[in-house]
Amino acid sequence: MKKQINHLLLVLLLLTCSISSFAQESGKWGEIHGNVQFDAQYYNPDSAIGAPPVPEKLLMNGFTNLIYTKGKFQVGIRYENYLNVLQGFDTRYQGQGITYRYATFDADFLTITVGNFYEQFGSGMIFRSFEERGLGLDNAMDGARVKAHVLGGVYMTALIGRQRSFFDYGEGIVRGFDGEINLNETFKPIAESKFRATIGGSYVSKYQKDEDPDFDLPENVGAWAARATFLYKGFNLSAEYVSKINDPQATNVLNVDGNLNKNYNPGSGVLATLAYSQKGLGIVFGAKRIDNMDFRSDRGATGFNLNVNFLPALTKQHTYQLAASLYPYATQPNGEWAFQGEVSYKIPRNSTIGGKYGMDISVNYSDVHGLVNTINAEGSGYTNNFFELGELYFRDINIELNKKFSKKFKMTGNYLNLTYNKDVVQGLVGYGIIHANIGILDGTYKITSNHSLRLEVQGLWTQERKDEGHWALALLEYQWSPHMFVAVMDQWNYGNKNADKRLHYPSITVGYMHNATRITLGYGRQRAGIFCVGGICRNVPASNGVSLSITSSF
Amino acid sequence: MKKVLVSLIVLFAVSTSFGQVAKTKYELPSATVKTLDGKTVDTKTFENDGKPIIISFWATWCKPCVLELNTIMDEYADWQEETGVKLIAISIDDARNTAKVPPFVNGKGWEYEVYLDPNGDFKRVMNVNTVPHTFVLNGDLQVVWSHNAYAPGDEEHLFEIVKENSGK
Repeated sequence: MKKQINHLLLVLLLLTCSISSFAQESGKWGEIHGNVQFDAQYYNPDSAIGAPPVPEKLLMNGFTNLIYTKGKFQVGIRYENYLNVLQGFDTRYQGQGITYRYATFDADFLTITVGNFYEQFGSGMIFRSFEERGLGLDNAMDGARVKAHVLGGVYMTALIGRQRSFFDYGEGIVRGFDGEINLNETFKPIAESKFRATIGGSYVSKYQKDEDPDFDLPENVGAWAARATFLYKGFNLSAEYVSKINDPQATNVLNVDGNLNKNYNPGSGVLATLAYSQKGLGIVFGAKRIDNMDFRSDRGATGFNLNVNFLPALTKQHTYQLAASLYPYATQPNGEWAFQGEVSYKIPRNSTIGGKYGMDISVNYSDVHGLVNTINAEGSGYTNNFFELGELYFRDINIELNKKFSKKFKMTGNYLNLTYNKDVVQGLVGYGIIHANIGILDGTYKITSNHSLRLEVQGLWTQERKDEGHWALALLEYQWSPHMFVAVMDQWNYGNKNADKRLHYPSITVGYMHNATRITLGYGRQRAGIFCVGGICRNVPASNGVSLSITSSF
Repeated sequence: MKKVLVSLIVLFAVSTSFGQVAKTKYELPSATVKTLDGKTVDTKTFENDGKPIIISFWATWCKPCVLELNTIMDEYADWQEETGVKLIAISIDDARNTAKVPPFVNGKGWEYEVYLDPNGDFKRVMNVNTVPHTFVLNGDLQVVWSHNAYAPGDEEHLFEIVKENSGK
């Protein structure tokens, strides 16, 4: 904490100095902006739904960002508090302090940042430092970064630092360089060409001392990546390949007849997408292969901690409750092959099916398998055939229809057919593969220009009532633009094999918005589930109580 | 612990004493975003010939965002004719979905200027907590208004703000 206070004082000093020095120059003070969010929950014990007792009764997470800008100079800080951390978040978030502070200076073709920063190279498969506050995920860098832009279309980034780990920083040091050339911006003769090309490459390395008495572990772990994007008229082809040297760590151990061996295999990843689109039609195909690509700046780290890279899931990101929170997929960093295809089409206005306003239709298919590995004789690595598909991890066939029936009434319909390997995806034992069908209807009726009603009905049915069996959900929301909404919802586990678990989860939420400020107050039961943002998910336990959330930007 | 709070209060005091907190008009901050054909663009270069600009933060997976942008699309031609406004849609989709953004935009028939902000750099300097978050810029490229969330009917309020800032 003392360290953080020092940091804060440093930032304050910087802030004051900069304000006064710049002020003398231009007579302007610069500007301060920021945002605030508080999420508090009061927990009632509820043994029926398995809500654990919370000794503090009330828990709260909050953060405040402040950014001061003056011309080409910017400083910012973030204060976070967890008193104590909400259920479902990592309990290593405890207490409060300044967790993020930086200064950036924009000097012509260079941008220099010291302190904390976020950055992504390519698709992130080699390096991504980012935050998802709603998941409690933050691997911000603390160090220095220089970005350069030269010759019209050449962009370079060099960085060094340690990564945030809750209220501390990881032991490993991460160094990286990324270069990207936009050929059309760099070479004048092709500036206006319909063929557009961007190529790029990265090198990232982490250093962590080898203190293992028995094993020889690489202290410097290097990874490189190459990428390219080509566009021609409506076509877009994009690919990235990443490779990393051997790096035995906690998350990639090999299970050899019950012994957990160190894994000395190198890692690799490839992601390619081909898209075509024209007005009213979009088509995307993607393929991805990941092999031993969990890359962290600390060998012992697990969970959402000290990840150097980000492996995007190649499956559709669902947002309706039952589709999103019971059987979501997350990339398996130790190995997977994934394929995805999606077609979106806008059935034109004034056609037989389209009606007066047209209709949007979107079909998506994704399929994910494991790799087939053969462990070598020494038990320190494995071999596999690049194109061989192993065990099924996940499959999703879904269709979405959006139709506006009149000026007052719009509706969305969804159907999903999911195959979910719960044991593999959630790292559990004994659940096996679950087949589920999900249907969703969502209609909005505009009563007057600023009053509307929305009704959502969802159903989920698992084959042979596996896992928790069947679920039904209904949500009715009244919206009064631009300030108010009230929503009542019930989720009902009516088809659970166990009759004692056929429970209702009712809740009510009221919200008030004014410009960039939003306050929501909720009361009711929250089902245990998985809360996901961008393909990264966290488990949220069941709860019963009152929640209050305030968010504001200024 | 107390020191942190005291320091924070001091910081607030310092900032407020300069009278700049929650200033009603401010300049659009600088960040780099990408066009759908791979060009890197500084947000400082956004412009619309002295006419207002709407900046809307959205994502392919965000239902209210898509509803808002679809609704505005129905009236966009009229809005442009009346005020000369331009809508800039900033997709915050990450690497999981960035490849889907161009087909998505085309599939919906949106005629907006669309940029990618896959690691949230622009989102962060604009202090956006959640999407949808919509900003209005006046003809001098100053942010004059912002709103978080979308409910049917909000677009009418948005258009009122645009009209107030269109110099008409």
